[in-house]
Amino acid sequence: MDKKQGATLFFNNVYVASTSSIAGEKEGEGPFGKYFDSLLKKDELGTKSFELAEIRMHTYAIKHLLFKTKLAPEEVDCLLMGDLLDEIVGSSYSAREFAIPFLGLYNACATFGEALAIGSVFIESGFMQRVICSTSSHFSTAERQFRFPLELGSQRPPLSQWTVTGAGATLLASSGGDIKISCVTIGKVIDFGVTDADDMGAAMAPSARDTLINHLKDTKRKLDYYDMIATGDLGKAGAKMFKLLMQQEGYTLGDNYQDCGAIIFDREDSDVMQGGSGTSCSNIVFNGFLYKKMLEGVYKKILLLPTGALLSKTSTLQKQTIPAVAHAIAIEVK
Amino acid sequence: MDKKEYAKLVRKVMPKTQHLKTMIAAFVTGGAICMVGQGISDILMLIFPNLSEDNLSMFTLITLITITGILTGFGVYDKFGSFAGAGSVIPITGFANSVISPAIEHNSEGIVLGICDNMFKIAGPVIVFGTSASIVLGFIVLIFRGAFGG
Repeated sequence: MDKKQGATLFFNNVYVASTSSIAGEKEGEGPFGKYFDSLLKKDELGTKSFELAEIRMHTYAIKHLLFKTKLAPEEVDCLLMGDLLDEIVGSSYSAREFAIPFLGLYNACATFGEALAIGSVFIESGFMQRVICSTSSHFSTAERQFRFPLELGSQRPPLSQWTVTGAGATLLASSGGDIKISCVTIGKVIDFGVTDADDMGAAMAPSARDTLINHLKDTKRKLDYYDMIATGDLGKAGAKMFKLLMQQEGYTLGDNYQDCGAIIFDREDSDVMQGGSGTSCSNIVFNGFLYKKMLEGVYKKILLLPTGALLSKTSTLQKQTIPAVAHAIAIEVK
Repeated sequence: MDKKEYAKLVRKVMPKTQHLKTMIAAFVTGGAICMVGQGISDILMLIFPNLSEDNLSMFTLITLITITGILTGFGVYDKFGSFAGAGSVIPITGFANSVISPAIEHNSEGIVLGICDNMFKIAGPVIVFGTSASIVLGFIVLIFRGAFGG
């Protein structure tokens, strides 16, 4: 088979060797709580600021991954990292703890997909043997970055989502284990003119559709090829919109479709409105839950579709529409 | 599908604010805050019977602002606000909360460039519009003084 078909790249030798994950208090109370490697007791983590807490969490995810795999930092060829802080300082500051070559990435909440796609290319090309892909996000830092102060007594609009507190790291390697990344489809930036910064589900749904349809066309696969198709953080209403958009193009998403954001929190929790979002949303659901279920043999073929709304606070204030991107990562048990 | 059609679809599919529910919550909680204010004012009048009306309302506001400050600091006011909505934003307590909450948030960046610089980030527009409106009103009074009888 050709190595590239449309926007899809096919790989033969990219393995997901190991993963690690850490999540916040609220995430721990959700349905995946028991699958995360570690849970925070307090979201401040004993640091002076939430930004430092996020950095500590991100550092922990990588340290824990190295510990689990018994690898020395010198044995890892590259760190591919991203987060939501200004100038992605969370990643840079975490990376300074490790003597490993570093590339910082930003695709908003689709950064984890971007990291896996780039990491896979590095491994498949033979230049690198092991790369770590990691992202982090923190509710309290994201609120400050994109919204209002935490203590402000404002009402959360019904379309809003709750940024996931957590970090996760994935070790991609040229050998090891049975779980492979078989192909990735790199998404285009799609803008359907949504301006409401609270309505990220509607802003991202068209980009998820575009990438998924391209993926299915390029790979000549059907939706039921996968045991699980998981979008990143469209939220409950966004996932409904995504299903509707797919329906319009003649694709019916069935029970094998889930949205990580819609399922990560406790359903009874009224604060989270449409569910989770953030760079670590699809990340910890994959690294914590899906990967472990693949090891157990529950899922054999997964399509992870992290979605990102590429807005900034300034672009929102200047009344710009919200562009979005989504990348499709096909992960299969050999 | 073009952008207009998508906007229509978004309006149809995505959930909206339940206005009736939020308005009732705002009405009840806003009213409750005002009642608390009246209560404080009445108590102050009992303790200090010689206080003038201006001073009485000033001390009532100071008390309300102090209570909000404490509640904001302990992380109670935002939880109350997420239920109350406009009911907790419009009274003076909402204004106090909008000054104190960014101050707490930006504490990590130091006193001058953190707290002082960001304190009025949210309340700023209220102050600007409030001051501007009083200037305009002042001019109107100045010009039509005769009509107001003096």
